[in-house]
Amino acid sequence: MRRTPWSVDDRAVARQGIAVGLAAAAYGISYGALAVAAGLDIWQTCVMSLLMFTGGSQFALVGVIATGGVAAGPAAIASAAILGIRNGVYGIRVAPIVGAGRWRRFAAAWITIDESSAVATTQLTLRTQRVGFWVTGLSVFVGWNLTSLIGGLIGNALGDVRVYGLDAAAAAAFLGLLWPRLRQLQTVAVATAAAVIAAVTTPLLIPGLPVLVAGVVAVVVGAFNWFGGRGPQPEPPGIPT
Amino acid sequence: MTLWLIVIIASLACLSLKIAGYLVPASFLEKPAPARIANLLTVALLAALIAVQTLGSGARIVVDARLPALAVAAVLLAVRAPFIVVVIAAAASAALIRALL
Repeated sequence: MRRTPWSVDDRAVARQGIAVGLAAAAYGISYGALAVAAGLDIWQTCVMSLLMFTGGSQFALVGVIATGGVAAGPAAIASAAILGIRNGVYGIRVAPIVGAGRWRRFAAAWITIDESSAVATTQLTLRTQRVGFWVTGLSVFVGWNLTSLIGGLIGNALGDVRVYGLDAAAAAAFLGLLWPRLRQLQTVAVATAAAVIAAVTTPLLIPGLPVLVAGVVAVVVGAFNWFGGRGPQPEPPGIPT
Repeated sequence: MTLWLIVIIASLACLSLKIAGYLVPASFLEKPAPARIANLLTVALLAALIAVQTLGSGARIVVDARLPALAVAAVLLAVRAPFIVVVIAAAASAALIRALL
């Protein structure tokens, strides 16, 4: 792909990818600040952004540690991993797009996230899909890691992040990821039930567990296809950018 | 279990799931049940996390500035505001309410 000159379409999708990267970078600040507020050190905060590199899982792990501490470790790991399943599903979809070669596919897997998958799968040609995937994924990777570090350093200086509303920013980020999925009765029903179960069980269970218990709703409703239509499964939409 | 161990295990788990997607044949998504459960698991976990992040305070449920901030986020999402605007507006709303009360 490097030897082919970039067309007008290629440049348009590349610009879109960079814009998505800048937006993701901006809320990397809140991740970094929340992570150090939860008790992670700056190195742990940055290793998560480099290695895990999927914002939803990172916010989830930090949220569980913030309320339950190290004792809630297994629940924190499980929450992060279950939210990471969707990246595997994206991988199945974008695998034909990224190109051949073991190392290239390994690098592609690393940056297979909401943003890169959404930009790639909404392009019309294989060429623009490929440009969109790589430019978006790499833009978000660079921006997210830089601002995670900055957020961590700021967080250490800020003290109580609640004064700046950063705890509400995490909830809003989750809502932004959830919103485009709420187009069918089935997803609305599961989301509602999961939220109610998580809230009701919070005073009863150890921190982190309410979120996992709520996940059981998805398995049960999904297995029996309650509230579901008979048609083919609709495409999981990308995030609003 | 140390914090470092939690960070490393969770990170490797998430990275492995990404790689797994490239090893699974595309026909996996043609079976309705696994694809449906994977999608619904994301929905359920996001919804549960929103509830806990908005109402949870340790082991207690409290209503505070986070709830109106989430409502602001929902309104902005409904009018198709960009993701970053939604996140910043929610943080600013919570900060403002806490400063005033």
